[in-house]
Amino acid sequence: MSEEKTPEKELGAVKTTHGGHSHTGSLAISLPEGCKRIVLAGNPNVGKSVFFNYFSGLYVDVSNYPGTTIEISQARYGDDAIVDTPGIYGVSSFNDEEIVARDIILSADMVVNVVDAVHIERDLFLTLQLIDMGLPMVVALNFMDEVEEQDLEIDVDLLSDLLGVPVIPTAAVKKRGLAEVTAALDDAREGNQDPFLHKKLHEMLSRVGSQPEALMVLEGDEHVAARHGIKPGADREVIYVRRRERVNDIVGHVVKEKALVETVRQKMGRLVLNPLTGVPFLALVLYGLYQLVAVFIAQIVVGVTEEALMQGYWEPFIRGIVEPIVSESTPLGEILIGEFGVLTMTATYLLGLLLPLVLGFYLALALMEDSGYLPRLATLVDRALNAIGLNGRAVVPLILGFGCVTMATITTRLLGTEREKTIATAILQWAIPCSAQLGVITVLLAAIGGFYILLYIGIVFLTLAIIGTVLSRVLPGKSAPLLIDLPPLRLPRPDNVARKAVTRTYYFMKEAIPWFAIGALVVSVMKITHALTAWQDAWAPLTTGWLKLPKEASTAFVMGLVRRDFGAAGLFEMNLAPMETLVALVTITLFVPCIASLMILFKERGWKQAIPIWLGSWVLAFGIGGILAQLLL
Amino acid sequence: MCLDQIKTGEEVIIKEIPDSMAKTQFIRFGIGEGSSVICHTKIPFGPVVLRKNRQEIAIGRELAKTITVERSTHVRGKNA
Repeated sequence: MSEEKTPEKELGAVKTTHGGHSHTGSLAISLPEGCKRIVLAGNPNVGKSVFFNYFSGLYVDVSNYPGTTIEISQARYGDDAIVDTPGIYGVSSFNDEEIVARDIILSADMVVNVVDAVHIERDLFLTLQLIDMGLPMVVALNFMDEVEEQDLEIDVDLLSDLLGVPVIPTAAVKKRGLAEVTAALDDAREGNQDPFLHKKLHEMLSRVGSQPEALMVLEGDEHVAARHGIKPGADREVIYVRRRERVNDIVGHVVKEKALVETVRQKMGRLVLNPLTGVPFLALVLYGLYQLVAVFIAQIVVGVTEEALMQGYWEPFIRGIVEPIVSESTPLGEILIGEFGVLTMTATYLLGLLLPLVLGFYLALALMEDSGYLPRLATLVDRALNAIGLNGRAVVPLILGFGCVTMATITTRLLGTEREKTIATAILQWAIPCSAQLGVITVLLAAIGGFYILLYIGIVFLTLAIIGTVLSRVLPGKSAPLLIDLPPLRLPRPDNVARKAVTRTYYFMKEAIPWFAIGALVVSVMKITHALTAWQDAWAPLTTGWLKLPKEASTAFVMGLVRRDFGAAGLFEMNLAPMETLVALVTITLFVPCIASLMILFKERGWKQAIPIWLGSWVLAFGIGGILAQLLL
Repeated sequence: MCLDQIKTGEEVIIKEIPDSMAKTQFIRFGIGEGSSVICHTKIPFGPVVLRKNRQEIAIGRELAKTITVERSTHVRGKNA
């Protein structure tokens, strides 16, 4: 039970401080005069979040950076502010994460650079870049416990001398060295900058007025250069090569390698990567995911939350209150407590069904992220994704799509080329059911049994593969190749996993609730005005003739226009035969995305791509659904 | 010889990375032209995974085909 407490507390903290600050970006906390912005920076997977949590205490402001899905956490630290940044390998603007991190770093008064001591050779590149920016900083040399375990030796004092900034050895997860880092903030100072850069930096400094920005311009950052109306420098490669040489020189002096023995975790990392062992492992992961989401949550947990709690207690309770005032047979009663009532069906569906499923999904996703499995999965499936014109990195938006297609569509930005973004977006909008829809689908499929589950997966997967292959052939250009770092496998920390899952679920629900309520309202109004029957009759040739479903199934399509899952939910009460359920589910899966997702589709891809994608999903859904019906029913 | 032709466990020196973006990213990860790396894993028809000390990097097959490497002349202990 004690684990249950943390997410609630975190959620409370997010709620209380979030109001009014959302989407105001990195400057959400108003800073009094003389207050400093302390920025946490480091490579991905170096344990930055543990530092942030130590610094921030309870009141954390989590907001999406404007125009991105990247979450920025910030908090008060005494009289100052502490801001977290996305993990990056260097400061520049190659992708969204880097742009966000760069802008926060450019606004920093002081930097705490968290360095993975085991991968010091990689991490010091960012450290030296931050030093060349002339920012006062402290280095937290993390994972020192692992350094000892792996028979490495690092001369921390010498490292500090060579860098010219305080270096504090830490083992953040074990709470070692955290207090020392906060104490060292007073000693934060500018490090030893590259003498080779000195003259050029000074010239540029006189033009742009700040050393961090001057360095960015010299390194060819187009965004920063454009802000000052000057041409970006052409020396990035020279500066990078020199910086790499300086890093290697420093590492050569401070690191003593006793023996490079493969640890158990490295062996594990190798095993999940090698197809012979990696593919069975992936099957095991998917099976575990299925057991967690489709069996444990969709059946056992939802059985309690939806049936026992919401339908057993909440609905009779709220009906008992509303009924004496507004009868269910009046229009208002229909809207409030009728078949699609805002207080009955909507509440039951959102809290009893959707909430546990979405939370379960995000827990699974956070586990995969925090364990370091995701990049290995990307490597393993790279070849398969090449066939549909994507590279391994696309597993991230594709998997996220199973959480929320809207969110995943925004994440397609991390893909290298326009071509890949188009392919991934089309696949997401057409063939990937989001967690909400997946939840309802899972419940419906679980009721009709294993064979139909496999059939459903097979059909949707085949459709996805065909779409991807065709698009990849038709669209001009070439996709970017895979080039990623594989972090070591780590046991995920329960508190981090819980925090991530709860935060994401919170945002998802916040976004879902109004749309869902609108959808329920529309259907209720249509029912009162008898428009629902008219709609059903209008669609009858298609639903009964072509899809061979009862005409009430078309209600699912009107609801599906608003929210995908809502469409599937419409099938719940209909007592369809197993094959009919299959046809209905395939159709509703391939059917148009929800309104929120449609808006993002237009925003991200422009109307020239968005309209064909949207219309295409009508053709695809009724085309494939119909063919299935003709074959199977 | 190109990077896609090396075998698992083999040690090579990176000679040339023609693509500028890829080169930049390699440098950040700790591998430049002239670096000595070991082939950690090769996914059949898929990416080549390189290792340098404790750093592991996955490189798509098409990119690997463009990178020139040379077999290491000195032979190290075979603990890869």
